[in-house]
Amino acid sequence: MGSEAIEAANAAVTVRLPGVLVDLFPGSTRSLEISVSTVDEMIRELDARWPGMRDRLCDSTPAIRRHINIFIDGERARLDTRIKPGAEVFILTAISGG
Amino acid sequence: MKKRVLILVGTRKGAFILEGDVKRKSWELRGPFCEHWPINHLVGDAETGTIYGGGGNEWFGPAIWKTTDLGKNWTHSSAGLAYDAGEEPIKAVWSVAPKNGSLYAGVQPAGLFRSDDGGLNWQHVEGLQKHPSRPRWNPGGAGLILHTLVLHPEDECQIWVGISAAGVFHTADGGETWEPRNRGIRADFLPEGQNYPEFGQCVHNLVMAPAMPTRFYQQNHCGMYRSDDAGKHWQSIEKGLPSSFGFPAAAHPRDPDTAFLIPLNGDSKGRYVPDAKAAVWRTRNAGATWEDLREGLPQKNAYFGVLRQAMATDRLEPAGVYFGTSTGTLFASADEGDSWIPIAEHLPTISSVETLIVGT
Repeated sequence: MGSEAIEAANAAVTVRLPGVLVDLFPGSTRSLEISVSTVDEMIRELDARWPGMRDRLCDSTPAIRRHINIFIDGERARLDTRIKPGAEVFILTAISGG
Repeated sequence: MKKRVLILVGTRKGAFILEGDVKRKSWELRGPFCEHWPINHLVGDAETGTIYGGGGNEWFGPAIWKTTDLGKNWTHSSAGLAYDAGEEPIKAVWSVAPKNGSLYAGVQPAGLFRSDDGGLNWQHVEGLQKHPSRPRWNPGGAGLILHTLVLHPEDECQIWVGISAAGVFHTADGGETWEPRNRGIRADFLPEGQNYPEFGQCVHNLVMAPAMPTRFYQQNHCGMYRSDDAGKHWQSIEKGLPSSFGFPAAAHPRDPDTAFLIPLNGDSKGRYVPDAKAAVWRTRNAGATWEDLREGLPQKNAYFGVLRQAMATDRLEPAGVYFGTSTGTLFASADEGDSWIPIAEHLPTISSVETLIVGT
């Protein structure tokens, strides 16, 4: 493996999506690896793959929706939170509703 | 395809479709659709057969759902369905109205959006938000919501909207400018002597009479009304009804003098049907007199209400009338309200009922 390939592999982060979100976007997957450096970039990348996904995760404030939680290495993230190479990002739906 | 009657039902937990033949004796229920989202309004485009569902999900926000094959496959979009950055985000879609290839959506917080590509992309109809009264609009109990949309049958520039609790507004130029149309409607919740403001009334529902685009029936938080001049003036038609409070109104498909209401027991007593006995009230003379229609409806221990968009008529002869309850029962009449049967039970809380005739 060359140095560029090693760098790309290192930059990749693992993103895990909730099942109820995947259900809304045929062809989407519960887990994927992408190369991004912030949460905002990650959501743009998800939207590029599955158009409309950003609207489901973010409101027009703009901010992550109130009942969506994004955790990176155990910490709750915001749109401007940086993602370190190799991190695992969990997108979760909060407990809400009745 | 044989002519079929579809009853489109929006509920707190998904959309449902009942399908029957023109006799309207037996029905098949399909659903839940829309991934169990709260669907505030499920409506069909009679010209294309496309069905649209407006709603909002606590996790994922507002969207318009769409099916072009009567419910087999659904898509959803909210592209452009947003206010400017920094403003309060849209929580849900409450009303959808298709006509002549265009689609309108009323949302919470109150605003109007338009799509010209079948609901894929949306543009804000900004004129309504620019009305000088906008800073003084106050929310109703469920929020500041544009929940009722009425489009003129021929003039595509004319639209009426109902906003809780700002009242009825009308545009004659496609949404650039608007004027309040609430003259004659009470606001009992305001101080004495200030009960007839220019705007701020709590409209609950508004329907246009058939082939008579100057006549409207309105169910308000504070009374039932009719207008014969496109909403410029309103007169009370609540005499003879058991209360002045209710949510839905429905017009007959052909007779502008016939309308249907479901009065409830008031705004502070549970909002049930009066005396726990269900009745639909029908006028045949534009609200001068009313008759209560009870045959087949529960007359004991009926502790349910009917929400603002949860009653509809179909276009058959005689007209069918349908309403859905807060307790998840859908009642149908195939004889203009004379008799009723439950055609679905144990559904989630029913938010809206509409009809769509397909086939020939």
